[in-house]
Amino acid sequence: MIHMYKIGVVGERDAVLAFLALGMTVKSVESPEEAIRAVDSMAREGYGLIFLTETMAKDMEETLNRYKNQMLPAVILIPGSRGSLGIGLAKIRENVEKAVGVDILSEK
Amino acid sequence: MKMARLNVNPTRMEMSRLKKRLQTARRGHKLLKDKQDELMKRFIDLVKKNNELRKKVEEQLTESLKDFMMAKAVMSTQMFEEALIMPAEKILLDVSRRNVMSVNVPVMKFERKGGEGASIYPYGFAQTSGELDAAIKKLYDILPNLLSLAEIEKSCQLMADEIEKTRRRVNALEYVMIPQLEETIKYITMKLDENERGNLVRLMKVKTMINQ
Repeated sequence: MIHMYKIGVVGERDAVLAFLALGMTVKSVESPEEAIRAVDSMAREGYGLIFLTETMAKDMEETLNRYKNQMLPAVILIPGSRGSLGIGLAKIRENVEKAVGVDILSEK
Repeated sequence: MKMARLNVNPTRMEMSRLKKRLQTARRGHKLLKDKQDELMKRFIDLVKKNNELRKKVEEQLTESLKDFMMAKAVMSTQMFEEALIMPAEKILLDVSRRNVMSVNVPVMKFERKGGEGASIYPYGFAQTSGELDAAIKKLYDILPNLLSLAEIEKSCQLMADEIEKTRRRVNALEYVMIPQLEETIKYITMKLDENERGNLVRLMKVKTMINQ
């Protein structure tokens, strides 16, 4: 099965414009509500990978959880225009705690 | 704690049925436990990589973003956006599945579609700044890392989910199903023994009555 998926980027204008140059589909949004709509519609259209800025992601927990256990689309957080908020890293921790029961990453 | 016993008739037939079920449950428990251990091992390896890679990519992206801001600062906004709005190529994703201990994880390969040998810069050089060129070049270099982060992170999410599910199944077998079956089998054995004794006593009584 060969199927090519598109890659989408959702986030505030300043942070996502750059990805236009890479040939990704960029949707600049101003509020988490808009971002939720953008992500949902990209998912419906069969995007395989959606990059989302943390600035927006911090207020769309529910949407993120919806896509978390599906293979596609993969919603991956990227730092927004004000740099990393540590949400992406916190999510990895969450995963570890869910699977292992304890946080094994922060021992260092 | 009162162990729940299954509501069954204490017969030999029932007992041999339960014994078979117990055997299956024990076997299933062992298999699931093995699966969980192996998944866990792979997950831990992968999630460590995930953590490292995310830190690195976030750092790189933040830096690249700063470069873009700089580039934007020295150009007019309109010019800046015009320069980017028509990308020279399209990027597409080829996703296949890989099975890791019965978890389907994605394998992502990206493919660039565009003019052969075309430059990565989607604009002519006349109206744009060198800063923009540098910023785009840098972002391009991050791309492979970014995509491998996506692949690894998604795999970790899916594996964590599967590990949790498997653990729940293992626990259900270990703490509910197996004790329940054991308890019921014990109950039936006792009940049958009791009947046996009752029978024996009756027989002996009859025998003494005949002998008198």
